[in-house]
Amino acid sequence: MKGLFVSPSPHRAADMSTSKIMLLVIIALFPAAMAGCVFFGPRAAAVLAVCIAACVIFEALCRIVMKKDQTVGDLSAVVTGLLLGMNLPATVPFYVAVIGSFVAIVIVKQLFGGIGQNFANPAIAARIVLMLSFTSQMSGWVKPYWYSGAVDAETSATPLAAEWLSYTENGAAYKMAPFTLSEMFWGETGGCIGETCAAMLILGGLFLIITKVISLATPVAFIGSFAVLTLLYTGSLVDTLYGVLAGGLLIGAFFMATDYATTPLTTKGKVVFGIGCGLVTFIIRSFGSFPEGVSFSILLMNLLTPYIDRLTKASPFGAKKPVKAKS
Amino acid sequence: MNKLNGVHLSHNKGTKNCETVDFPLPKSVVIPMSQHMGAPCECLVKKGDTVTVGQKIGDTDAFMSAPIHSPVSGTVTDVIDFLLASGAVCKAAVIESDGLQTVCPDVKPPEITDKQSFIAAIRESGLTGLGGAGFPTHIKLNYDAVKTPVDTLVINAAECEPYITSDFREMMESPMDVIEGILLVQKYLGIPICKICIEDNKPEAIALMKKKTENLKSIQIVALPSSYPQGAEKVIVYSATGRIVAEGELPSNQGVMVMNVSTAAHMYRYTQDGMPLTKRRLTLDGDAVTKNAGNYFVPIGTRVSELLEHCGAEGAKKVLYGGPMMGICLYDTDQPVLKNNNAILAFKDGESPKTTACIRCGRCVRTCPLNLMPVLIENAYNAEDVEELKRLKVMLCMNCGCCSYACPAHRPLAEINQLAKAMIPRK
Repeated sequence: MKGLFVSPSPHRAADMSTSKIMLLVIIALFPAAMAGCVFFGPRAAAVLAVCIAACVIFEALCRIVMKKDQTVGDLSAVVTGLLLGMNLPATVPFYVAVIGSFVAIVIVKQLFGGIGQNFANPAIAARIVLMLSFTSQMSGWVKPYWYSGAVDAETSATPLAAEWLSYTENGAAYKMAPFTLSEMFWGETGGCIGETCAAMLILGGLFLIITKVISLATPVAFIGSFAVLTLLYTGSLVDTLYGVLAGGLLIGAFFMATDYATTPLTTKGKVVFGIGCGLVTFIIRSFGSFPEGVSFSILLMNLLTPYIDRLTKASPFGAKKPVKAKS
Repeated sequence: MNKLNGVHLSHNKGTKNCETVDFPLPKSVVIPMSQHMGAPCECLVKKGDTVTVGQKIGDTDAFMSAPIHSPVSGTVTDVIDFLLASGAVCKAAVIESDGLQTVCPDVKPPEITDKQSFIAAIRESGLTGLGGAGFPTHIKLNYDAVKTPVDTLVINAAECEPYITSDFREMMESPMDVIEGILLVQKYLGIPICKICIEDNKPEAIALMKKKTENLKSIQIVALPSSYPQGAEKVIVYSATGRIVAEGELPSNQGVMVMNVSTAAHMYRYTQDGMPLTKRRLTLDGDAVTKNAGNYFVPIGTRVSELLEHCGAEGAKKVLYGGPMMGICLYDTDQPVLKNNNAILAFKDGESPKTTACIRCGRCVRTCPLNLMPVLIENAYNAEDVEELKRLKVMLCMNCGCCSYACPAHRPLAEINQLAKAMIPRK
């Protein structure tokens, strides 16, 4: 019999592909994105749609211009667009969202070679560029349900930027957080579209861990180290919990610090990466002039990833001492 | 429990209840002179010679080799240069069967009195590892007992590859042959402990072997988790004993000898009837098989095309020697059954999935039983960075295929590991 296929072993492959992984991430992000649309209205949905569409179009155009295989089908551009949109306030002008998509896909991702080759997380880098370049457009925070007319004031501060209320009782001074922990958990606070609803972000994160898309190591190390440092610094469990639920910590820890291309390969490396993120976030939030530090911490650790990778290589089973490199 | 990384595969052991039957005697067989790891044999017969069953037709003075015997009686019609599926070329004897199966007068039970005569007899039996690698058994037995004393015999009955059930059938059909074979090795080599290691997806075999070894203190039955590649030598040694066979070492350096379960049983049968390795049990299965999937005693040298015809798999697009994870593709079904083929598998679909860009997900790193980093090996291979390849210990790769299997981008990582090995100059 002739006409047989011949290939090296193995002759089986796991039922997994890049596009399937991206689809799982989209599914995991969906509940938090939906919550954002409920809190911040049709305007939020429009921002998400603009970001996704822009990212997909930029990705497709880049591949055409660069004369490379079309990769838009792997859905990674959809993930980037969705993540970027979730990291923007609902009131952001559409042109700013498009510029952000351009930075994410064209500059950060495709100019470095496309999927798997970028050194920084595209959505994080784009968010930082927009924050620094369009500061006022990027801080149009609105209260949940502002669109329904049921709330009086349209503008609101984010949990991290808002003033804490001071009061004295029985001669002792107290400070009260501007939001209750329950509001923080369900996401009824001001903030970016997709970062406020802790409940849905945790749900999505658990989904990714159960489906083995991400490992437990990064979120545990990130959130854990941040929580421990905050607890040591403030001495208050409530303040610690408030800090964990506030801002971009959860979306960052579950969805952005776990990006494959820009984070370390081994579990050891992921732990180092997560602790680094937690530490930098804590320092910026506690001592820096920005209220929020998650994006900066992840970007900084992205830059350190090659070094972390080098220092946390797996040690092969039964290997004798490694061969010294010729210097 | 000592556990290394691996992957979980669907078992597809549909033939596990198929009792082994004799495969119809082929009219003609092709016997390559290289069916084992090591030097090929010289062909001892020439065109026109008459041969009988069990007659030695190939042998050599080389150390690393095993003699080859005729599985049929009949006439040598030709001695040809033959291209094996592995890519090597060797001599092969084509023998036309006379259908009488006249047994060679040399075939008689060997006289075994001590270690030396035991090892000599095993060499004459032509026995090689029946599990897949085809390592000549007499060389494995002839380790240096002074430098590397062995205290544990690990019997490999993991059978971790999907589809294959030939070792399972060996245990179910002739458990006493297995045990007697083990006792022979223990007796003549002085190995105090034997561990029969079986994956826990074969509870029937575990129960049967436990029952048969109840009164034998020197033999233990170890149930291992069903995780591929549990049956790989370094993996099974670690799982069964916790010992690590380090870089450049043989299991005997760690006081262990690993032997396939069917090899042990065959060893015993040879000491009883003196019939060398001329036929073997193999599993015939795969999704292209339409009828008669099962286990067969097949004469070595039977053309695979006859097996495929028997099981209605003429429409197969991919035919393998061995399992889907480590099996070798046949380029042509006129290839014969070899000593180390524990299965012939036929599949309908032969095309490999399309390769996409690496996304650095790390699945290859997490599944590698030896903690290698295939993603970095691929980069170093593409950069032709030999020093980096050495640092990444690519030479340890045993080509189990977990990395390629797990890769969502379907990159041929296991293949690249083998190519990378070839890039490192030999000392």
